[in-house]
Amino acid sequence: MIDGMLARLREIVGASGVERDPSGLPRVVPDSTEAMARLFALAHGRNWRARIEGQGTWLSSDAPADFAVSTRGLDRVVSVSPADLVATVDAGVAMGTLRRRLADDGMWLAIDPPGRPERSIGSIVAAGTAGPLRQGFGPVRDHVLGLSVVTGDGRVVRAGGRVVKNVAGYDLGKLQIGGFGGFGVITELNLRLRALPRADQTLIARASRDHLTSVGRDLTEARLALQALELFSPAIAAEPDWILAARIMGTEDGVAAEARRLTSASSLLWQQLPVERASSFWHLSARAVLGGAVTLRLGVLQPGLDDSLDMLAATLDEGLITAGAGSAGGIRWSGEARIDALRALRRTAASREIPMTLERAPWAIRQQLGHFGAYREGVGALVSRLRETFDPGLLLSVALEGDGDAR
Amino acid sequence: MKESLLTGLAAIVGPRWVRHRRAELATYTMDGLPTHESWPGVVVIPGSRHELIDVMKALHASKTPFVARGAGTGLSGGALAEGNAVLVALTRLNHILSVDPASRRAVVEPGVVNARLSEAVLPYGLQYVPDPSSQTACTIGGNVAENAGGPHCLKAGVTTNHVTDLEIILPDGSLARLGSTHGDAWGPDLVGLFVGSEGMFGIACSITVRLEPIPPAVRTMLADFPGIRAASEAVSAIIASGIVPAALEMMDQSCVQAVEASIYAAGYPTDAAAVLLVELDGQPEGVAAEHAVVEPLLRAHGARHVLTAESAADRARLWQGRKKAFGAMGRIAPDLVVQDAVVPRSALPDVLDRISEIRDRYALHISNVFHAGDGNLHPNISFDRRNLELASRVREASREIMTVCVAAGGSITGEHGVGNDKLDYMPLIFDAETLGAMQATRRVFDPGERANPGKVVPIHACREWCASPAARGNGRQQHGSLAEVAHD
Repeated sequence: MIDGMLARLREIVGASGVERDPSGLPRVVPDSTEAMARLFALAHGRNWRARIEGQGTWLSSDAPADFAVSTRGLDRVVSVSPADLVATVDAGVAMGTLRRRLADDGMWLAIDPPGRPERSIGSIVAAGTAGPLRQGFGPVRDHVLGLSVVTGDGRVVRAGGRVVKNVAGYDLGKLQIGGFGGFGVITELNLRLRALPRADQTLIARASRDHLTSVGRDLTEARLALQALELFSPAIAAEPDWILAARIMGTEDGVAAEARRLTSASSLLWQQLPVERASSFWHLSARAVLGGAVTLRLGVLQPGLDDSLDMLAATLDEGLITAGAGSAGGIRWSGEARIDALRALRRTAASREIPMTLERAPWAIRQQLGHFGAYREGVGALVSRLRETFDPGLLLSVALEGDGDAR
Repeated sequence: MKESLLTGLAAIVGPRWVRHRRAELATYTMDGLPTHESWPGVVVIPGSRHELIDVMKALHASKTPFVARGAGTGLSGGALAEGNAVLVALTRLNHILSVDPASRRAVVEPGVVNARLSEAVLPYGLQYVPDPSSQTACTIGGNVAENAGGPHCLKAGVTTNHVTDLEIILPDGSLARLGSTHGDAWGPDLVGLFVGSEGMFGIACSITVRLEPIPPAVRTMLADFPGIRAASEAVSAIIASGIVPAALEMMDQSCVQAVEASIYAAGYPTDAAAVLLVELDGQPEGVAAEHAVVEPLLRAHGARHVLTAESAADRARLWQGRKKAFGAMGRIAPDLVVQDAVVPRSALPDVLDRISEIRDRYALHISNVFHAGDGNLHPNISFDRRNLELASRVREASREIMTVCVAAGGSITGEHGVGNDKLDYMPLIFDAETLGAMQATRRVFDPGERANPGKVVPIHACREWCASPAARGNGRQQHGSLAEVAHD
């Protein structure tokens, strides 16, 4: 049977576009949206279940499937427009590659997601994983102007556009951003860029967790214009103490003034990092998230930060934690955890109106817990119907909801 | 309209709040766009969330189509209802339910007027940023339906960037709670999907919005240019410098002259081909530093003068002219079509030239006032709709302008929505498959297609999508074409 399947797949993407993964599963590597669409139309007709893979640096490639599909072949930076600050890129392009390409033209994509520089932009958008810069530049969705997606039955939907403001039609792209691939495979993205800031300064301070969260509150109250204000646990910072890191961007004079305001608004001893060290600090902390097999995020605002960090420590552990100490909030935890403990955390969090999203975990955990869960009133039914609309055969092997946990 | 339905609605909201006499309905036959008029069968005005839910259940039970309406300030014919539909006016649901300054959140009913929310949170030093020009009248519920923008959305984003949590009533009368107060959702981003759905997915009965601190320093500049192309190029230069102003607005000579001849006169130079309003905000030192970059850029691109507002009163005066420009255009002709399109910023100079050429060819009066920073154009055509030949030229010119904007890589609407005005333009920017996806998504929320029927998605241009199981359960054909389904 597998030989017949491989032959059919090769007809779609060519011999070089079909390989076998270490377990022998066929892995298809289409090089265009159209090839991806033909592949899924075929799979839908044959009832083949698909596992979506990017560069393989974030989510483990372990979802059960009849074949794997990788976005690695979608690797073109299609166009970059410095005048309009818009880039069109394939979903398989690595974040690090894109960052370098944009910097050549004096631009950047103002996101700093967790993971390695090799992580694909498609993975970042599909998982909706924002980093510390969400404080200044918003969540991942704010950076996506349009996208192309191939649905589970091989249709191509082109949502949004290439302009920064656009309300034509329903905003279908929002369903895909942070949809974990449950509504299709993102193949191409139009991204909103920014001109590189004239000045970019990072300052860090060390203290106890409680002290730093309280400083975060004071700084928010004082309305400092910080692009990031992130708290790092000792384990993630590889330091004996918790660290609070602030990032300030803008004109030279503006940044210098804001840095002075930061140091005078709190009793902390702030250390300004030289450019090279600042860059490696942010990159290493993004990568350190991968230090545990499970990563989850909690939607929590600053007033609830202390309680939520206590809840995490009590239910899981005080492992690899980053938390937004500014107005944007949000906590990300990585580590090792049993399903029971994760389920207990989701339940406790839900009772405090805090959503918990499972960002990455081995399939055994994803399957039972789901990326999402503890839906609020009416949401489960809508999500099910949307899935059936965009993946009619439910052939995308994605555990949006855990077993028996959805509604 | 069935008598039993009228009686049922009156029993829910009280007879006073069910309007069906012709004189009563006249108020609701138009929105801000004078080219579309439609008489609803009946208008019902619920006074509480509970009444609204009961109204929706009654409409569902009788399979009656309905259209939700806020203040009726939309500019795309989106809030108009046909005679077989009930218009659900949400203006009595106008309570600010709670304000949480520490979390910077407010919870409001859909009929709360946009500007009133900012006034209410002012004592906390906070504001609700999206500020459509109609903000003294338009409602937050309408803003959510249209994903409304405004001059200050350049830096801070449009409505979708400021809504975190929605309680919605689905067309079958059931409730769903989308998003979360805390910013991260309990599931996929259904708030993002709902915002901008133009009343076709249901009605938001409770809206949680993000509030932002009022910036400690604001600097507003007025720059005037001898040519509109030079002004456009100045816009691109500012954005390319890495500075994102709070607002970056342009008005052409026709608009400036209309404003200056009106009671909203702001002191704009009437001999300028174009003026730019540039507002910087933030901490005082940061604003001063950005000002030191922006002002020379404006001059380098040909600004004759750059005036910086010295006081809050000066600033308010400069803004008054911009915000009331549409009203001032009432001096030019009795009717005004406010167009809305978006182009890539780099295309602004060429597209504005093309619009001038179209204006001359059709012998029309067009004034441009728009959000230059994000390429969101508003070419406004002044006319008298009683002159049918002139009205026909206005329609033709509007279509040509849209075609030019789309050809430049833009979109047919940046903030006003599609409604029924732009239905025919949708295939210019979306293929049949994507339009089909929109229609299929709408059916997830509204399998009976009773919410704001006939808007946004041109059914005839959709490629067939399998109906969702919910729709199938509703007696729809699984494989019937959308056109057939829509008309069965």
